[in-house]
Amino acid sequence: MDILQILVNGLVLGALYACIAVGFSLVWGVLNIINMLHGSFIILGGYLTFFAWFYLGLNPILALPVVALVLYALGYVLQYIFINKVVTSPVLTTLTLTFGLDMILYNLMTVYFTATPRRVTMDMGSADILGVIMPMDRVMGMALAFLLTGLLYVVMRASTIGRAIVAVRMDRQAAALMGIRVNRIYAITFGIGALMAGAAGAVFAIVFPVTTNLTGVFLGKAFVICVIGGLGSVPGALVGGLALGIIESFAGFVLGPQHAMTLGFVLMLVLLVVRPTGLIGVKGYE
Amino acid sequence: MMTRRHIAALGVALWFGILALTPLLADNYTIRIAITIAMYSAMALSWNFIGGFAGYPSFSTAAFFGIGCYVGAIAQRSGVPLVVAWALATVFVTVFAVALGAIILRLKGHYFAIGSIAIVEVVRLVVSSWGGLTGGGDGLNVPLLSGGPDRVATTVLYVMLAIMLAAFVVTILVDRARLGFGLRCISQNEDAADMVGIDTTRYKIAAYALSALFCGTVGAVYASWVGYIDPTDSFSILLSVKVPVMVLLGGAGTVLGPIIGAGAFVMLEEFFWANFLEWNRAILGGIIVFLIFFLPSGILKLDYRRLFRRKSPVDRTEAA
Repeated sequence: MDILQILVNGLVLGALYACIAVGFSLVWGVLNIINMLHGSFIILGGYLTFFAWFYLGLNPILALPVVALVLYALGYVLQYIFINKVVTSPVLTTLTLTFGLDMILYNLMTVYFTATPRRVTMDMGSADILGVIMPMDRVMGMALAFLLTGLLYVVMRASTIGRAIVAVRMDRQAAALMGIRVNRIYAITFGIGALMAGAAGAVFAIVFPVTTNLTGVFLGKAFVICVIGGLGSVPGALVGGLALGIIESFAGFVLGPQHAMTLGFVLMLVLLVVRPTGLIGVKGYE
Repeated sequence: MMTRRHIAALGVALWFGILALTPLLADNYTIRIAITIAMYSAMALSWNFIGGFAGYPSFSTAAFFGIGCYVGAIAQRSGVPLVVAWALATVFVTVFAVALGAIILRLKGHYFAIGSIAIVEVVRLVVSSWGGLTGGGDGLNVPLLSGGPDRVATTVLYVMLAIMLAAFVVTILVDRARLGFGLRCISQNEDAADMVGIDTTRYKIAAYALSALFCGTVGAVYASWVGYIDPTDSFSILLSVKVPVMVLLGGAGTVLGPIIGAGAFVMLEEFFWANFLEWNRAILGGIIVFLIFFLPSGILKLDYRRLFRRKSPVDRTEAA
């Protein structure tokens, strides 16, 4: 296999990773919460897309916005009812709470959806450009992932809600004094985090099979990407995701696929100690 | 005249007595529960050093437990006698924790939490891919303990109880010593603790090592008890979260909290396993959510008088 092919594979993977991590990063950066539910949100999004396609014959691209909105509502409600109550508590409390909620969601999914791997098969053939072979569904997955990440960036930069989220992230008290309803912004932020997870799950279901056993893997990826790229910013997640995708792709080729994941975690631990703000993070911001 | 302290001492002695007497009074199923309680009590007491006293949100319990399992198993398979293998596992895990702590304890809060979870994942992945030594994903068979099922259960119970007792005694000693005081200072304000002359780095590493030591022994004994280990079971994130939840349930940073929490949690879990097999994970999650909202500082610190009093307006504003 030549280097160009590995690089392109890495880019596809990286785009999906960025899409996975961007919601997690937003929630961590703004709410200061490590959201253990994130992996299950992704799988839920993937399953819902699959079922919409399988039973209703809905095209995944049309299903994606609907699934994303469902996940947004779920995230908003969970944050509003449960997590807002402990949002200022130490990390032990918030992490344990989201883990508890995750156990409930996970159990519901395994019982009602079962753990069978499921995938939307689009069968769009593959393209051959300069000797690089690319299945078209992967190309579409990558394009969707970039589109979604870009969309979030625009929303954060240009919309009133986005500006309010950034304001709350910078200084909660000052934002409240400026008339921003902080609790509502928290719920919206968590909702957007879930929305991005659901959309990422929908994209994933087009490219790879999804199953509930993968929740932990996705969560682990989100950890690594956030630490590599830095917290709370869309560009950070994009850089982290692409970096991890390309590193894993090359490591998988050189060391064997089973070591690629280990390398990601080791890299993360090293970066945590050496440069905890991430490659392009803001210094002194936790 | 009985003071609170006398009642507590009597309660603990009684609890140890009940657990120790199960082989004489009850069937193997009950003995298995008693072993599980002793095992988790020891791990909860261990986690309490770093998570309760020092207030560091460590989720690396599963890494220590799992390494204990594997070192014990591999040592035994290479012909090391049983007790020596257990001791070896303990020493290895402690050294591992000291080395790791020197690096990872520089992190704080969320970064420390994430780092400690990552440790579990890294160790699990390394163990799964190092097939030649660890058997990889196929797992390892561990030489069985001698004697019939009854004999084995009784032996394991007393060993686990001994570990639990050791962890408890060390907890009492640390609680009364300089170390315990220093760790509580670190928990409240690490910079201030540093300013008044506490060697925070050394104290934190000591607490981290203590939180690993007994988990290593428990892991090795567990491997001998069940006779088979694999990476998924030995290094589960669930274990890393369950143990802190037990301590939170009892009361973090207290001497008795971990024992009460572990006992209550194991019995609740056993009850739900037996009655709602399909939903046990969701129910455990529900317990965790309930715990965070209604028992935030644990059973021990529950204000029983307040429970039965009508909420005054002041309480309501506090709660909001």
